[in-house]
Amino acid sequence: MNGELTTLFPALTVITPITGAVVVFLLPARLRARAGLPAAGFTVAAAILLAWGVVTEGAVRHELGGWGAPLGIDLHADGLSSVFVLMTAAIGLLVSFYAKPFFALAGEKGGASELFWPLWLFLWASLNGLFLSSDLFNLYVTIEVMGLAAVALAVLSGRPPALVAGLRYLLAALGGSMAYLMGVALVYGEVSTLDLGLVSEAVEGSPAIRVAFGLMIAGLLVKTAVFPLHFWLPAAHSSAQAPVSAILSALVVKASFYLILRLWVDVFDVAVTVAAGQALGVLGSAAVIWGSYQALRQRRLKLMVAHSTVGQIGYMFLLFPLITIGYREAADAPWLAHAWTGGIYQALAHGFAKASMFLAVGVFVLAVGNDDRRSIGDLVARLPMTTFALALAGISLIGLPPSGGFVAKWMLLKATFSSGQWWWAPVILTGSFLTAGYVFMVLRQAFAPAGKPIELNPVPRTMEVTALLLGATAILIGLRAEEVLILLDVGAPFDEAVEAGEGGEP
Amino acid sequence: MTAPVESYQIYAVTAGILFSMGLAGLFLCGHFFKKIIATKILGTAVFLLFISLAKRDFVEFADPVPHAMVITGIVVAVSAGAFALALARRIWNETGRSTFEDSQ
Repeated sequence: MNGELTTLFPALTVITPITGAVVVFLLPARLRARAGLPAAGFTVAAAILLAWGVVTEGAVRHELGGWGAPLGIDLHADGLSSVFVLMTAAIGLLVSFYAKPFFALAGEKGGASELFWPLWLFLWASLNGLFLSSDLFNLYVTIEVMGLAAVALAVLSGRPPALVAGLRYLLAALGGSMAYLMGVALVYGEVSTLDLGLVSEAVEGSPAIRVAFGLMIAGLLVKTAVFPLHFWLPAAHSSAQAPVSAILSALVVKASFYLILRLWVDVFDVAVTVAAGQALGVLGSAAVIWGSYQALRQRRLKLMVAHSTVGQIGYMFLLFPLITIGYREAADAPWLAHAWTGGIYQALAHGFAKASMFLAVGVFVLAVGNDDRRSIGDLVARLPMTTFALALAGISLIGLPPSGGFVAKWMLLKATFSSGQWWWAPVILTGSFLTAGYVFMVLRQAFAPAGKPIELNPVPRTMEVTALLLGATAILIGLRAEEVLILLDVGAPFDEAVEAGEGGEP
Repeated sequence: MTAPVESYQIYAVTAGILFSMGLAGLFLCGHFFKKIIATKILGTAVFLLFISLAKRDFVEFADPVPHAMVITGIVVAVSAGAFALALARRIWNETGRSTFEDSQ
């Protein structure tokens, strides 16, 4: 279709982690960690192959079983999906390195640590599947697999608070995916096809399509935890174990954001209205303010980082009002590309920064024994590498130059002014100030001398290094923005303008 | 014999009513078990809509694709329901709680 190259790469990116998950699951418990890391490595290799294919050949497609749309299910990779697949690969690999020593230690305290590897590989497969699927129903299946694996990971410790938070997460996720599926049914009834490309050609702005689009977006908003539908997130993300929190906050909420973006821009653009865009912007703004403010108020570090996720997700939703105004009149308006790049950069930068932050806090918890903000005194001297990781991640979350978070927020700010929607600018700035508040509050505690000398538990070196590498990546993607943009450019909806906008890179 | 309303439309409207009932149950009921049942009702509503759309007015015979999707959807819904029930039972065994309210 469309003369796009048909290759095996997209299928490989999904099959590799599924195979890994099954093989690892069949192994005896003590061998799982040893087999899990190579499986993660193969998955990363498949993701790199896919991205390389997209850079050199343009968007690629794979028809599963050779059937092809409309009856068969297609996998399709363009710049947007490859960027998310690569982000998942990079964060996934580093978190896997962290998880091996972490669960070796946690396994001594009970819980079902030996199930981490199969569940995580299944989750990885569903994430890649979601980024690559080109079929509305197949997307539902990947969302559901993702939800089940994510909840199972969140309750891995088996402690009651995690179980209660996990059930709340599961019920919210089920409600969300049912709303999505209801939308799929209505779309199928209207256009009799499920392939994203064919649906986008066939849809008209009829009432049924508008209702279906609304249901799908509403369901996905629950799964992305956008204010006020974030009620399940802080408890679920903060009660999970450190590597799992990192995966949930950095990757899982991004998957449903990706899907909203895909449906909004590529599939249902006829059903999108300016009012709908503004509504998502208002929800995003409320999330930025509320999430960041709540993070400032938390005593427990993990709860603080989880609330910060709510705030940072809000930034990503400022993308929608910005790409909705002037979309039909002037497809090459400069702010479209800025908003598009800024929103996606926010997803990337937050992914790396938040993974680093959860892993760093995990190191603190392991060393000190609890995650109270006041008990981390003097850690800058005792755990300098981890404190530095936390600081780097914080810089990116605040949006200080030259971090990835800065590029994201700068692009969004530029787009708010050039599109004349100045009312989003105070939100972006207030969010940054509140974020600076909680980041510096933690750093101040880490620099403060401890009241009495505390006995620290030893922490494996690998855990500290991976947290630092993730924090450093959150900064580096700000310095090397052009490489990311080259990949993102493939098949981008606003591609001409992206090239024009690149000159204005900060 | 031309009925003013096609029979598939009755099913589709029923699906809409069931969907609202499931959604209300999910938000308004307190007990874990009632919430889980509410997600089952939501699922049933969606599957009913799929099945009823298989016999839309412009197709000659029942469209098989929605049936394939419903089969897949039922498998997913059963496993999700089983997982939710297992979690709820584990919470009950560990803490004696059966609602979210008394958790705080």
